[in-house]
Amino acid sequence: MERTLTFDLERRFPDGPAVRARAAVPLDGGRVTVLFGPSGAGKTTVLRALAGLDRPQAGTIVFDGETWLDASARTFLPPQRRRVGLVFQDHALFPHLTVARNVGYGLGGTPRAEREARVRELAGRMRVGDLLGRRPGQLSGGERQRVALARALAPRPRLLLLDEPLSSLDAPTRDALRGELRELLEAAGVPAILVTHDRTEALALGDRMIVLAGGAVRQVGKVHEVFSAPADVEVARTVGTENVLPARIVAREGGLAAVDAGGLALTGVDPGGDIAEAYVCLRAEEIVIEEAPGHPTSALNRLSATVAARADEGPLARISLDCGGVLLVALVTRRSADALGLVPGRRVAAAVKAPAVRIVPRIPAPRETA
Amino acid sequence: MDPAALRLSLWLATLTTALLLVVGVPIAQWLATSRFRLRFLVEAVVALPLVLPPTVLGFYLLVALSPRSPAGRLWEAALGRPFPFSFEGLLAASVLYSLPFAVQPFAAALAAVDPRLVEASHTLGVSRLATFFRVTVPLAWHGIVAGAVLAFAHTLGEFGVVLMVGGNVAGETRTLSIAIFDHVEALEYAAANATAAFLLAVSFAVLLVVYALQKRPLRWNAR
Repeated sequence: MERTLTFDLERRFPDGPAVRARAAVPLDGGRVTVLFGPSGAGKTTVLRALAGLDRPQAGTIVFDGETWLDASARTFLPPQRRRVGLVFQDHALFPHLTVARNVGYGLGGTPRAEREARVRELAGRMRVGDLLGRRPGQLSGGERQRVALARALAPRPRLLLLDEPLSSLDAPTRDALRGELRELLEAAGVPAILVTHDRTEALALGDRMIVLAGGAVRQVGKVHEVFSAPADVEVARTVGTENVLPARIVAREGGLAAVDAGGLALTGVDPGGDIAEAYVCLRAEEIVIEEAPGHPTSALNRLSATVAARADEGPLARISLDCGGVLLVALVTRRSADALGLVPGRRVAAAVKAPAVRIVPRIPAPRETA
Repeated sequence: MDPAALRLSLWLATLTTALLLVVGVPIAQWLATSRFRLRFLVEAVVALPLVLPPTVLGFYLLVALSPRSPAGRLWEAALGRPFPFSFEGLLAASVLYSLPFAVQPFAAALAAVDPRLVEASHTLGVSRLATFFRVTVPLAWHGIVAGAVLAFAHTLGEFGVVLMVGGNVAGETRTLSIAIFDHVEALEYAAANATAAFLLAVSFAVLLVVYALQKRPLRWNAR
């Protein structure tokens, strides 16, 4: 039987709306579940409840058959006994201890030689091996994050929780570390739950996604599926209306990258790095629908397509386009949809400017589960 | 200067400071972290000696712990001597009187410790008590030292409570400040001056230490 973490909890606050969240998270080593939602959606509340730092008034948390919380039976496993690694938003390294003693902090019960070996092993794996004598104040943002990860992993946690691990870093560092973090999480081999409100982060780091909005779980699924097919309007508003396609970068030239997205050839701006696996993201409102026999255009991407479906939403029309087997959603005004006569079966062209093709590289998951 | 009075004052101040560390740090930690609704009540009680005339505190201690009161009988049974005019009585009164001088700097420093560091320690499997000694105290040490030093200096200089509770028993309860009073009453201004100058110098030195600590708490994040 598959190991699972299930939670169904309700946390009320004296001055603010309650958070009610329930979901089941499969526990596969190295796989990352993203807890996604806007700020105030209750993501951190859920994470703190899972870590045992916060005690919801109602509900249950069951980790692989072990009850961590059962509010009605007054069962509460304190954080010390959950064996959960937590990486805080600002990393919360102990400022008075060296990197070595930070990493070894949770290894109190282990014999000294073993502890030192474990610290060296993790520091090496997290690439902070030559910083062991420094204090957190002497580290860069990225180094701090790797130390925080090493410290959380040292006592061999059963579950890793990360609270917006990249948000305290400046934008260039964040871009550089996103790919690295995914690699480190996979190497750690521990199932992870990562909280973020950043779509790029969710795509680059996650395998599965739980969408939280307004204090409740709205959708659970594979990351690109949730982005491509939001369950309802609220999820769509939360994640944005976006086409997310698994893709491979097949060529890079002059700052541009050519990708193959399930048979669809697209050109976008090269995200850098040397990872070939990626997601291609196209915002629905940036897809322009044109008459099939094209006129010259500045858009590098011009795809022949057939209108598969049309749904009118107020002044806008959501057009599903079949581009040689790949479905894309475009958002256009109703007026232009009527002018072009966009009805199912109509042959058109879909144009997308290269800068609107967002390529998010990601290291592929070790194995895809159905 | 009266050597017996000096010895007594230093001994009293040292014991008072030690007891305040044992009693005051837990109280301060509770004040710094508790979300109890009536916390302000405890805060007010702890701060009371700051505004209360020492004679009032001394008077009520005498009443409460007189040999005829139940608490006084308990005291005598435990320590073998009645509360008034004894060194132990003086020590208890000093601890109460210097409580805010120790607890307030303790609590300010303990409250400044980032609660996420404490939580990080808990998730790493370290108990609450061990976390307190491994994380909280090392990060609040400057405030704890400042509070201890203030309590020491304050005890060294106290007068009213000593006179009320301890009286003026040579070698038992006659502290430096009482000795000064004695000297002045006897018109021995030179002897009074020697003792007073000593207390002035000690008090100034103590304040220098306290302010230096508050101005430059050890900055772990400095390069």
